[in-house]
This record gives sequence, structure tokens and C-alpha cells, in this order.
Amino acid sequence: MDYIKDINQLIVDNFLFGDENDLKNNASLLENGIIDSTGVLELISFLEETYKITIEDDEMIPDNLDSMNNINNFLKKKLSD
Amino acid sequence: MCGIAGICHINGPGQISLDTLNTMTAVLRHRGADESGIYIDDHIGLGHARLSIIDLTSGTQPIHNEDKTLWIVFNGEIFNYPELRKQLIDDGHHFYTTTDTEVVLHLYERGGLQCLSLLNGQFAFAIWDSSKKQLFLARDRMGICPLHYTIQNGYLYFASEIKSIFMEKKIKREINPIALDQIFTFWAPLPQFTAFKNIKELEPGQFLQINKSQINIKKYWHFPIPSRNEKIGASPEELTEELMHLLSDAVRIRLIADVTVGTYLSGGLDSSGITALVAKYFNHDVQSFGIRFEASDFDESVYQKQLASFLNVNHKELSISNNDIASHFSEILWHAEKPILRTAPVPLFLLSKLVSENGLKVILTGEGADEIFGGYNIFKETLIRKFWSRKPGDQNRADLITRIYPNIFKNPLLKKSLIKFFAQGLDKADDPLFSHLIRWNNTKRIKTFFSDDLKKEIGDYDCIEEIRQLIPDHFDTCSSLTKAQYLESTLFLSNYLLSSQGDRVAMAHAVETRPPFLDHRIIEFMARVPSVWKILGLNEKHILKKMFKDILPKNIVDRPKNPYRAPIQQSLLAGHNCEFIKGMLCETKIQKSGYFNAKKVHALTKKLNTQKNINEVDGMAIAGILSTQILDDQYIQNFPLTTNLPLIPNLMIDHRSDNTGKLAGKA
Repeated sequence: MDYIKDINQLIVDNFLFGDENDLKNNASLLENGIIDSTGVLELISFLEETYKITIEDDEMIPDNLDSMNNINNFLKKKLSD
Repeated sequence: MCGIAGICHINGPGQISLDTLNTMTAVLRHRGADESGIYIDDHIGLGHARLSIIDLTSGTQPIHNEDKTLWIVFNGEIFNYPELRKQLIDDGHHFYTTTDTEVVLHLYERGGLQCLSLLNGQFAFAIWDSSKKQLFLARDRMGICPLHYTIQNGYLYFASEIKSIFMEKKIKREINPIALDQIFTFWAPLPQFTAFKNIKELEPGQFLQINKSQINIKKYWHFPIPSRNEKIGASPEELTEELMHLLSDAVRIRLIADVTVGTYLSGGLDSSGITALVAKYFNHDVQSFGIRFEASDFDESVYQKQLASFLNVNHKELSISNNDIASHFSEILWHAEKPILRTAPVPLFLLSKLVSENGLKVILTGEGADEIFGGYNIFKETLIRKFWSRKPGDQNRADLITRIYPNIFKNPLLKKSLIKFFAQGLDKADDPLFSHLIRWNNTKRIKTFFSDDLKKEIGDYDCIEEIRQLIPDHFDTCSSLTKAQYLESTLFLSNYLLSSQGDRVAMAHAVETRPPFLDHRIIEFMARVPSVWKILGLNEKHILKKMFKDILPKNIVDRPKNPYRAPIQQSLLAGHNCEFIKGMLCETKIQKSGYFNAKKVHALTKKLNTQKNINEVDGMAIAGILSTQILDDQYIQNFPLTTNLPLIPNLMIDHRSDNTGKLAGKA
């Protein structure tokens, strides 16, 4: 299953407040000013609530969180566990 | 302090409306209800609402010189006036009051605008030379006292607060989209801008002259930023000694008043140091005031209690709930007169009320120490990021950033993501705005809530580009810390901390705040202290801590800096005043005022109401949107053009050629 569309929607709804974005799937959310240092925590709680998962401390790394592709791959792995 | 107002017909004699001048003065009465006075002739009208602090009996303004050709209305204090007065008397000047105001007038009589360089104080004043038909307005170096003006239809209107200028019905009241763009980036408008179109603020350290219809506006003082080779070579011990001497004197002269002087005590280093100096050297019966928060994340009252008992001062604390913040948010905007991205002015508004209820009018504060002595995290952040930028791949350098933000780095494993945020712009470490760009770029994301119409009005205006035009020529020769201090002091300190969070919320209850750290002698001295002694390694305010180590408990000196903050979304959206707030944010109101995108605002409030983990930017967004909406309601839609407080001046000087002599008390 692919989560890209859902993740995009989550970002549009909660960080861009409805602004459609032309953000590339592999673009960094931090470097593109989509989320800031406190926004990372918020993103984590969104993912945890939306997908009923618990993100472990050692999973909170940019490789898992800092682009739609990274989140997608992380969710795929996490939800298949 | 007081309130001043005036109307000047620029091209020779004209009609000056006494009614307008009266209302302009009356609406400033919260700044000083002790007395009021009016001067009017065919060219000008001057109004004064007085808070009596020095010479309680004979200091009624406007004050004149010996031959009554010069007239002054004055707001603020000149702390070195006793010395200046003595010199003037030696020079043959005659005084009829013992006020500092009269000293300023005679200094002007003696040396014209040169008088400004002699003044050590916080002030905004207007002097009218009725024989030469010249008007002179000036504001203190750091902008502690406010002064606004507008030039329209051949008249100059000026006043301590904008509401006074708006009492002239002919003046259009409109929010300035450019100022909104600035506030939603820097937290405050840039110097000379106000939230309103065509209403300007005299900049800190600036004067305005009108001479034979010519208007001349100039800076007489610039925030000092010496280049690296102009720094003092003294040892930290010598610097500490000299600065302690200067600070003690700055405190001493600020205690000159014919009324009791108190202090604000937050429990942090700066206000504790000031309170300790007052208690130790000058006044054994000190009254201090502090805020405690219901929300424990914001509360510092345990340190206040410790200090009050250590210094043996009479400390009064005010407990602030989230409801208090919501209930008074609207009221403080009436005083602040500009949108704000924080709620922190509200507790200070309530604290000044407590001060006033305790019968005090004058308070010494620790404001300015962080800017001048290098206390803010943004300074350390700049030094670290600069160091890091030389080896961007070096993990040890990157890790340093985690040490200054222990709160947001609480979870050590989140580190990598957060570090990535602070790595933004590392490739532009030579940019003159390097220290602040990361913050401004983050804040300006809230402009996403601007409506299409507002965006269209702002057009391609770029407020960050505007700052680039304002920075001094030799900025490049300064250290990273000096540059960051300059930006912080000239933008945020003057236009937000001393204004929305300073003068306005204190004067709302006729309380004058005096910040000794902003004595110009200290600012000028500290500017020449090498950066390394301000922040030693990662130890902020190194010199100041050395200065205070013998008069404060060790744990207070060693405490990490805790910025003064107040809750935002917890108070604004959950407080008992939320019906009013919801009303201000409803789709109809948002669309009517037209500044914001109603759909997005709805999405934001929905998010804030349902999510627990809210990021800082959303907090700033909701405060900014709500405060703009309230300001629009108060100043644009429903501005009260009359005041229900009729003004009966204690002093009325009517020099109009056709004056009908209808008014009582004519001199």
C-alpha cells in the first residue's frame, strides 16, 4: 500500500492549511520551510494518531520523517511489521 | 510619564481647533490623570496629560522660558537634570519650577537641537518657539517613550499614542498592509512604521523640526556598533568594575523621584540584579512586583520568593491564569495599537495595575540587559551556527546547538531532525542578516493566512530586503554577535519590548517603567566590549554575571536564561472569553475585515482546538490573526471619535489672535 496521497493531504491540511503544494515527494520538509523544529513533534503525533502506531525514539530520524517519500517508506515498513 | 499631543499648521498661521486638541489630550488621560494643560496660538496647539513624578506642586505643563517665547510639553524623565540645571543657573537661566522639563526647555534655548546629546533619559517632547515659529519634536535614544505623527492637509498632528491623532475626524484610519507584512515577519513593524497607513512613529534617537514650512527629520543618535578594531582592550575584571560603577549610577539616577520607586522582579538575573542594587545601595524599603503563572511551564515564582527573602524586599506577586490572558487580550490591543504575535504583554498590563493599586507610579525593570550584555539564545545560536558553518559536516559542531535548546531537544533521538532545521542557511554565514534570517523565515510562514486581497496590496514588497537597505555601511566590519545585537535591539527591543510590552501596558495604568540597563552610557560602553567577554564559550552575559556574583545567590547567577513568555493557544482558545474570541475569528468577521483567508483561519482554529502538540508558528499565527481582527474592530470599524472624559485643563494658555476668552483659567 502507498501512503503518499494521504501524507500529502495530512501536510496540506495541517501545515499548509489547504494550500495545494507542488512539493516533490523527495523534498525535505524542514529545508523547505514546511515544518520547523517544533513542527517535527507535531508531525510525529499526527502520524501516531492517524495510523495508530507508536513511533519509537530511535525511529525519529530524518531518514524516516523528513520527506513524503521517507514517511511513506517508514509507514510501509512500520505497518507491515 | 505623561501624554503629549499637538497640532501644527505648517505654512504660517491657520485654524487650530481647540476642541480637537482637547479631545486629543483627553484620550491620553490614562497616561497621566494628575493634571492637564493646553497651549494654543494661531500656529500651534500643544496638549499635555500629566503624571506627576517630579515637582508635584508647580510642574504643570506646558512650561515656558523666562520671556514666554518657548513652550514645551514633555513626556518622560531626564535623569541627569540636577547637574544640567545647575550649569544653566550658572549660565544665568531662571527657573520657576524644579522640574526636569524646564531644564530641557532652557537647554534648547541655549543650544537648540544640540541639547539632545546632553540628555540622559527617556523622553518624547515638543518645543514651540513662538517668536521664530519653529517646532521641535524629539524622542529618546532607544525609543522608551513613544511619539507618533502624521502630516496631512498642511497640518502636522503628533501624539504619544495614535488614538489621540485619530481624534481628528479628517484623518483616515486604515491598517497598513506593509506594516502587517513586517509584523508577520519580525513581530513588530520596522522603525518609523505603525500599523496604520500614513501614521508614522518618530524613530528612537530622532528629531523633527519645522522651520518656515520646511520639515527636517534626522537621527541624532545611532545604536553603536563599533568595528572589531575599536574594542576596549581591558581585562574582564577591569570591565566588570567599570560597568558596575556605571550601572550603580544608572540605578541611582533612576531613583530620583518625588514618589516611591519600585521594581519588577521576575526571578531572572537582570531584574534580580537591579532589585539587589536598589535594596543594597539606595533604598532599604523596596517594593517589588512579580508574575506567577497558572501554567507551570511559564512560572518562575519560586525564584522570586527566594530573592525576596534573600534581599529582604517586600514582594507582591500576581497570579495569572489562562483566563486572565484571554479576558484582557482585547484591552491591551487598545493600548498597544499594533497586532502582536504573543500574549506576553497581557500579564505585564495586569502587573502595572497591581503597581498602581499599591500607590506606586515608577518601576525599575531589567529590560535591555539581554540585548546589551548578550543574553538571548539567538546570540549563542548565531555563534554556534557561524562556527558550524565553517565545517558543516562536523557532528560535534552540530551537536552544540542541542545545548542551548535543552527543552526542544528533550528527546535525544529527535536530535537529527531538529539539527537539520538549524542547519538551514549555514551556506550563507556571511549574510549580514545571518543571525535572524532563520527566525524571520520561520515566522513569515504565517503570512500563508493573508487573504488574496491583502497579498495583492503588499505586492512584491519584501520587508527583509527593506532591512538590508537600513543596515549601516560598516556592518560588515562588525562581529557576528555585534550584528545580531544590533538587529535585536533596533527591531525587536525598540518596536515590541519597549512598546507593546513596555510603555503601553505600563502607561495603561499610569505606571512609568525605567530600564537602567538602557542608560546610553552603558549601551555605548558595552558596544566596545569584545564579544568574547559578553558570551564566553556558551556562557551568556558573562560580564553581567561577574558583576552580580557578590550581590545575588549563586543559583540565580548560574540559572540558565529563561525567556519571559506567556501561554498563547491554551489561553486564547480555551479561556472563558473564548466566545468573544470565536466571534472575532468567525468567517463573517474575517471576510468583512478582509485581511485573512477565512478558510485557512477556520482550519487553523480547528487544529488548535483538537491537537495537543502545537508548534510555535501556529501559536504566533493565531495571536497575530486575532490581534489584527481586534485592532480592526477597535480602530477602523468602531473607533470612538469622542471621549466621554471632558477635559478641563488645569492650565490654559490661549495666545490666538482672535481668542474669545471663553475659557476659564486663561493665563
